[in-house]
Amino acid sequence: MRGTEESPLVRWLLIAIALGFCFVFLLLPLANVFVQALAKGWGYCAKALADPDSLAAIRLTLLVAAISVPLNVLFGLAAAWAIAKFEFPAKTLLITLIDLPFSISPVVAGLMFVVLFGLQGFLGPWLEAHDLKIIFAVPGIVLACVFVTFPFVARELIPVMQATGSEQEQAALTLGANGWQTFWHVTLPSVKWGLLYGIILCNARAMGEFGAVSVVSGHITGKTDTMPLRVEKLYNEYDAPAAFALASLLVLLALLTLAIKILMEWRQGRREV
Amino acid sequence: MLPGMADKKFNALPGFGLTIGFTLFYLSAIVLVPLAALVCRAFGLSWADFWRLATTPRALAAYRLTFETSLLAAVANALFGSLLAWVLVRYQFPGRRLIDAVVDFPFALPTAVAGLTLASLFAANGWLGRYLVPLGIKGAFTPLGVVIALTFVGLPFAVRTLEPVLLNLEREVEEVAATLGAGRLRTFVSVIAPALLPAVLTGFALAFARAIGEYGSIVFISGNLPFKTEIAPFLIVMRLEEYDYAGAIALAVVLLAFSFLLLVGINLLEQWAGRFQRQT
Repeated sequence: MRGTEESPLVRWLLIAIALGFCFVFLLLPLANVFVQALAKGWGYCAKALADPDSLAAIRLTLLVAAISVPLNVLFGLAAAWAIAKFEFPAKTLLITLIDLPFSISPVVAGLMFVVLFGLQGFLGPWLEAHDLKIIFAVPGIVLACVFVTFPFVARELIPVMQATGSEQEQAALTLGANGWQTFWHVTLPSVKWGLLYGIILCNARAMGEFGAVSVVSGHITGKTDTMPLRVEKLYNEYDAPAAFALASLLVLLALLTLAIKILMEWRQGRREV
Repeated sequence: MLPGMADKKFNALPGFGLTIGFTLFYLSAIVLVPLAALVCRAFGLSWADFWRLATTPRALAAYRLTFETSLLAAVANALFGSLLAWVLVRYQFPGRRLIDAVVDFPFALPTAVAGLTLASLFAANGWLGRYLVPLGIKGAFTPLGVVIALTFVGLPFAVRTLEPVLLNLEREVEEVAATLGAGRLRTFVSVIAPALLPAVLTGFALAFARAIGEYGSIVFISGNLPFKTEIAPFLIVMRLEEYDYAGAIALAVVLLAFSFLLLVGINLLEQWAGRFQRQT
């Protein structure tokens, strides 16, 4: 019988191409951020991060994530409960609609909110009359981030909840628990890892969103610049080391996101054994 | 009886009204109403105006660049992504787990940072640019740069779509092929490749769809020269900065229509892939 394995030569060639590709496309860009951030030394890097406008950008980014992530978590839990535990017509359509923000360009997403809330938009005159500002202000940035990260938590939770079924919840209810008790003590613990990953992914994307936020923010230094927008501004002002210093914080966030994902997969793997 | 049927008949779980109500409200407020507002505004334009704004020579050049670079990047992703998925699932080698984890890096990394670091890598004085630029390979401020950034952004889609399919592929079929005298290459071409095709195509389509709308990473690496390295989403931002709302909306509607077509295509592909999996 002939083998079901490739010859060692082919195998090592394929591994070498894959490793080379990963090295050039993934590891080099990652290392480059830190090296460029320290191009003018640690002192310059620290000074760039302590700059009041950069600190304001970091604060705004944290604020935006602190509002948009909980909103999408609440939505994700509600949507997953309805979709995974019940049967109803047009369920597939609903799931497709939840995924919709994935297929809309972030720039187009930002434009939607400009059309709705901008000065020439549908609600613009009303908002101006009541002295409310959404576009070129924090609420617009939050809306843009909520839109872009809309599907993340729901997407992680729906398959997990569907896989666990609803027998355990039925049992809890039969034993006299009420709906909220069942949710807190039965459903939530069984989906906690999926929920955690959904949250950190949603958070990473909310903090890192560029296109949609760029359209609605107005780029007011110290006021409506989030971290990615501040990175762009520093880069355009030819202060690359400062841009990379701020960018390295976002890279650390991405690495933390990956670390939690690996931890989660490791925990799940161990439970299954 | 199917297990699902029992659930349907005796579902005593509470909260359906509350959760579906909130889901529909939130979906409408965040996604559907803003989308409707944009489409409404587009219908406010006369057909002649819309056509004129959506088909300016600069817009046509931008669509073309967006389409071509996205297509090339998606092809690169399908090739390298499939290779990567194959190597990660089938072979054992030092660093395998690290590579498997790093594949998701582009998904977690803010796109602006991706563009920033790629532009600096491929610039004339960058780590890669200093060797490539003398050879005539300019990766920064060229259409090639756009392809590079889009390949980076789309990679996880291609790998992660194919990985589970490869894991579930039954090795027995390959053994049968080998027993019947097929060489490894023949087995791959006539047994393995057809089974992987739907997943590879789905990954290709997902990476393509992601690339069409991508903005953050391109801004840094492309140089954004009109008619040369300007992508469609960038032109929308330009029109907005000129307060040309009608122009921005017309371009956005073209981009949206294309995204929806792709979405339909991806759904059909996934259905086909699902049927394929059940049959084998």
